[in-house]
Amino acid sequence: MKIIVGVKRVVDYNVRIQVKPDGSGVVTDGVKMSLNPFDEIAIEEALRIKESGKAEEVIAVTIGAKACQEQLRTALAMGADRAIHVETDEQIQPLTAARIFKALCDKEAPKLVIFGKQAIDDDNSQTAQMLAALSHWPQATFASEVIIEGDTANVTREVDAGLETLSVDLPAVVSADLRLNEPRYVKLPDIMKAKRKPIDTVSISDLGVEMAAGIKVLKTTAPAKRQAGIMVETVEQLVVALKEKGLIK
Amino acid sequence: MNKVLVIAEHDGSNLNGSTARAVSCAKDIKAESIDIVVLAADGSSVAEQASAIAGVNKVILVQNPTNEHPVAAFLAPQIEAIASDYTHVLAPSTTFGKDLAPRIAAHLGVPQISDIMRVESATIFDRPVYAGNAIITVEAPAGIIVGTVRTASYPVAENGGSASVEKREVSVELPSHTRFVSVSSGGGEERPDLQAAATVVSGGRGVGSEENFKVIYSLADKLGAAVGASRAAVDAGFIPNDHQVGQTGKIIAPDLYMAFGISGAIQHLAGIKDAGTIVAVNKDADAPIFEVADFGLVGDLFQVIEDLEKALG
Repeated sequence: MKIIVGVKRVVDYNVRIQVKPDGSGVVTDGVKMSLNPFDEIAIEEALRIKESGKAEEVIAVTIGAKACQEQLRTALAMGADRAIHVETDEQIQPLTAARIFKALCDKEAPKLVIFGKQAIDDDNSQTAQMLAALSHWPQATFASEVIIEGDTANVTREVDAGLETLSVDLPAVVSADLRLNEPRYVKLPDIMKAKRKPIDTVSISDLGVEMAAGIKVLKTTAPAKRQAGIMVETVEQLVVALKEKGLIK
Repeated sequence: MNKVLVIAEHDGSNLNGSTARAVSCAKDIKAESIDIVVLAADGSSVAEQASAIAGVNKVILVQNPTNEHPVAAFLAPQIEAIASDYTHVLAPSTTFGKDLAPRIAAHLGVPQISDIMRVESATIFDRPVYAGNAIITVEAPAGIIVGTVRTASYPVAENGGSASVEKREVSVELPSHTRFVSVSSGGGEERPDLQAAATVVSGGRGVGSEENFKVIYSLADKLGAAVGASRAAVDAGFIPNDHQVGQTGKIIAPDLYMAFGISGAIQHLAGIKDAGTIVAVNKDADAPIFEVADFGLVGDLFQVIEDLEKALG
């Protein structure tokens, strides 16, 4: 079977986010960009399924500007077999992204599509669920374990109540949570090898996808900051302070 | 006129407090009416609790054996079937709502607004991005607005209402491609719920082991508090995942949050921004948690907890 993994280029998680003074967005010029950390986990899972003999091909897919090919190269260096770059300079929102993935799934017929559970820029956590909806496929979001057995997947999900297990028929959409696996480190020879792996570039119109009406961002602001409080020297001082506020008896 | 439908989160017998928080957000839309839909196998007691929330006009109870567990693939088509009567469909931004709402929105052909933290008008909302390090003000396009509500931004709507409960038959075909297998919690149900507790005692990597976490539980019990943890503590296996507080765990707003041995990574701080008072105890005086703490104490957390327990009697 084939596995498609959706990946996104995002501001690196170590970067301190700065809101532009004119409220038009956050500073991204000259800022380090990386593969969304949850998507790295998604790729790793696809590779492990392939390495266990349960899949033949792992295809990494991204949507975005030319520079996103860097992240596809990272996915290829990790071990993906090939990549598809849906090139656009527009900001693509989850519903349109899901339509694009639906068009690619119609063409590639994967048995499994894995996404990171959310991108750390928009924090939307929507594309996987929307693709499942549009395809009328099962979804297993926030996965911490994926076991493929024939034509089904048993997926353990991290939910507020604890751990939930669903059994879903393939094809299915899975979104990866933090504890699904620890992604491998990419070694130099793999980076060299990845340069020879194919990246297909297509446009949104090539895929016959119509852009969905989207949400308009009117402005971006910095959040209200919590003020640092006071340092206490002893437990007694702490207890007195908390009692004064009526927080402990 | 605006009509809001709030999707109830529940466990079959009890309404989850996140639902009443979503109702508070719905009230800010200044709608003509706010209805709650309860999808359950039976759900009578859940519907009764929902009907007691002040400001709710009607509770729609959809009973179906398939609704025994909250599986998005089953719930979404049933909600879509009734959504056309509404201008807004809201769910709490919990794992329940985050799993479900995008599936509904995609079927309705509309975008979804995640983590609504402020309502400016019926179509304009604030939501956090970049783990809460920026806030965007967004405007929804024409069509039904499907959103999830950042529960830490809203109080629990008070009781005092007496909405009618209307049983509704929803005849849509449900898929057979998904089967619920099991759900297991990390235990500790006798303690207050992390997302509803007034006080939360939390431990991080500095606690050191699963065994050592006993001191966190002990202090929590003394204070009648819920127990939380940082991602590092969960990753290290000190405590089950349902205790994780932070951007990718639970986002909480207790009156008092006490962090022991937690350094204060950005993603953890994103989960406690709305806490009333933050107390941090860490042996590293430079830990970032002190930048947001109302009261900081540099020291050995085990000694501090021992002294605290003595002081509390």
